[in-house]
Amino acid sequence: MITFTNSGLYCAAGDFYIDPWKPVTRAVITHAHSDHARLGSRYYLCENATVPLLQLRLGQDINVQGIAYNEAIYFNGVKVTLHPAGHIIGSAQIRLEKDGEVWVVSGDYKLENDGLSSPFEPVKCHTFITESTFGLPIYRWAPQEEIFSGIGQWVDDNRQSGKASVLLAYSLGKAQRVMQHLQHKTEKFLVHGAIANTHEALVHNGWKLPPIEHITPDTPKSAFPNSIIIAPPSADVSWMKKFSPYALGICSGWMTVRGNMRRQNADAGFALSDHADWPGLLSAVKATGAEKVYVTHGFSSVFARYLHEQGIAAEEVVTAYGEEENGNIVNN
Amino acid sequence: MQQFAKLVQVISNSTKTNEKLAALSEYFATAPGHDKTWVLALFTGRRPKRTVNTTQLKNWCIQQTGLPEWLFDESYHTVGDLGETIALLLPPPTDRKAAPLHYWMEQLLQLDKADEPTKEQFIKHAWNSLDESERFVFNKLITGGFRIGVSQKMMVNAMAKTWDIPPATLSHMIIGNWDPREATIEDLLHLHTTGADASRPYPFYLAYPLETAPEELGPPEEWQAEWKWDGIRGQIIKREGKLFVWSRGEELITEKFPEYQPLTNALPDGVVLDGEILTYANNTPLPFQTLQTRIGRKTITKKQLQEAPVAFLAYDLLEWESADIRDYPLSQRRALLESIVQQVQQPMLQLSPVITFQEWQQLAALRDEARAHVSEGVMLKKLAASYQVGRKRGDWWKWKIDPFTVDAVMLYAQKGHGRRSNLYTDYTFAVRDGDNLVPFAKAYSGLTDKEIAEVDSWIKRHSLEKFGPVRTVEPLQVFEIAFEGIAASNRHKSGIALRFPRIARWRKDKPVAEINTLDDLKKLLALHQG
Repeated sequence: MITFTNSGLYCAAGDFYIDPWKPVTRAVITHAHSDHARLGSRYYLCENATVPLLQLRLGQDINVQGIAYNEAIYFNGVKVTLHPAGHIIGSAQIRLEKDGEVWVVSGDYKLENDGLSSPFEPVKCHTFITESTFGLPIYRWAPQEEIFSGIGQWVDDNRQSGKASVLLAYSLGKAQRVMQHLQHKTEKFLVHGAIANTHEALVHNGWKLPPIEHITPDTPKSAFPNSIIIAPPSADVSWMKKFSPYALGICSGWMTVRGNMRRQNADAGFALSDHADWPGLLSAVKATGAEKVYVTHGFSSVFARYLHEQGIAAEEVVTAYGEEENGNIVNN
Repeated sequence: MQQFAKLVQVISNSTKTNEKLAALSEYFATAPGHDKTWVLALFTGRRPKRTVNTTQLKNWCIQQTGLPEWLFDESYHTVGDLGETIALLLPPPTDRKAAPLHYWMEQLLQLDKADEPTKEQFIKHAWNSLDESERFVFNKLITGGFRIGVSQKMMVNAMAKTWDIPPATLSHMIIGNWDPREATIEDLLHLHTTGADASRPYPFYLAYPLETAPEELGPPEEWQAEWKWDGIRGQIIKREGKLFVWSRGEELITEKFPEYQPLTNALPDGVVLDGEILTYANNTPLPFQTLQTRIGRKTITKKQLQEAPVAFLAYDLLEWESADIRDYPLSQRRALLESIVQQVQQPMLQLSPVITFQEWQQLAALRDEARAHVSEGVMLKKLAASYQVGRKRGDWWKWKIDPFTVDAVMLYAQKGHGRRSNLYTDYTFAVRDGDNLVPFAKAYSGLTDKEIAEVDSWIKRHSLEKFGPVRTVEPLQVFEIAFEGIAASNRHKSGIALRFPRIARWRKDKPVAEINTLDDLKKLLALHQG
């Protein structure tokens, strides 16, 4: 039903691509992160909540159609439905059905309910295409309550020593999640422009999010002491200078491994991820009941081999996904 | 253990020396007495004997987790640290227990003579009573090596603050041969009043590289120049009729160099020499590769003694007639040193010669010939200066010659350790030999973090094999490799071994067709073989 081409995952029967990395005619998009939603395609189809995010990131003039979760749309006899992936707001697994055969493309997903995105739902299928960003058994997330209480404690400690708390989190997804769970710690969050833009697009479309203030060159220095500042991982250290004294914390699954945390020159790392951890990946795969699994971006060869040894026919597939997260983590 | 785990966490996460210092001195002020002694021992390289080996740890972890061995290995290659890999893989503890660091250290040491099932039972029990961060430090206690950015200097400064003792005095107190099971920190800090252990060396004075023109150091006559030797920095101590040899790594290595034994009688008592341990024959140092055959060997064969005879090139005198003379100016220490070496008249004890020069330019010209003297360059020492503690700017400088360089192509890559975890940072390079590429050097250092990120991302997209630690990459990326020396080697496919190879720069401008050849290296070898 799906073939792996140079442009992306292609459904020949329905003549459309899923998350193509080259411009195509019809692109079905799992979620609005830049490695999955790329510029240049003629028509886009995605979950309703993803529409304004795509417009924000790819331009208001793109040709995009939104549908709801579980709402069916047909492409030349291929039934396409979207199902919550729990990764970020609007993120969807894409289910394809034709002549009784069912494929599901996971996009990125996590199993824990983050309180914002529609929680992950397992979808039965014959063939499952899964991500494997954290496909090693060393990655096992603590419950988010525990992580957020750790972050809260860290914010308190910083305030005690008169410091602002700067948290690095992806502007779409992680940033909103962090603010949602830390809203009791502050009246308003001070945020980087990338996060302010995303925030506006979401609020404009009816999402209720904690109050923010966009940090501009005019923001007075008096605003920073004791504040919680949210910035994307790409934010520059020189941009942060004016917050001094501050402590820098990174929210990312990569923070599990000490060396990864150390080379970021951050003061703290919190292993908070919007991807499935190792047990999450395994239980998601099992819940689909799939006979065949294709493993995309991440520790794909490792995860595919492990599934294979568990008696699930699995194969690694090379895609252009995962660049954003990996790129960010090593570059800043 | 919790307190120690917290200390390790704070120190390894912090990039600021002041924060690390504060964490250490707070630890010293609040931790239980015996824990402090252990922390001092562990952070100054006094790792106790290993009672459990890494293979055992790995196997027991595999048993506890039920993971296949290959998956354990993949995890390890990504984490880059065995102790941490195990800490992350094990299921959460079900029998939490709070015990201090010294309890675990003593228990571990007691395993020395235990049989394997006893060891296994103890380790598994420990894992099940510690949380992730405690397990991590526990495993590191076994496997050794807390490489978390605590220098000897930092330990000294933290302790100096806690106990209010001048750092230079303190650093001498904690050096040398002591056992954390027997000595306490307080014992060590009182040694100077009760009489020190006869083997105790002095902290080494270390030079910074000279990065300016030597003219900026002032008049040449205020300076003494010597060759910079490529051996093992060491101290020879003669006290109470006994001889002790220390390396700069604070390792007592007397037994490794039987050549020095005649000095037991020949040297006067109450003398400490600072100098270089070198392989040496016919009044000339031999290349470092010959010394390598002597390092790490417990028993020395006759053949080794013949092929790689060792001498001591003395360049300083720290103690004389049982008095610490580090405060004397170099000119005076040197005069005393010369008289002692003269008096001893032993072939294995040589003076490191002084290079005479009138003008800086003259010295610069001599420095260009350093390789002919089997030397790495020139040392500059201020004649009026005392012998200081640790690495200090101002009175001692090392002025090394420019390294050799070749252009080579990357052939293999492996993930790094520590802060380079999950990044491809360890590379093997090849030169051209006809139509073939011949690997000739591994290098780990020289790229910026930004370049590493770029190379890593390129490797992840251009590797030809997927499992195991080593990726074969498409031979497309050219790098300039710098190194200090070259020697023939029958252990390497290329037939050559390099001294301290590292990456000088990434030659994105250079096509693979233009890299150096094995012939180029062989020519270099013929020119410079010692």
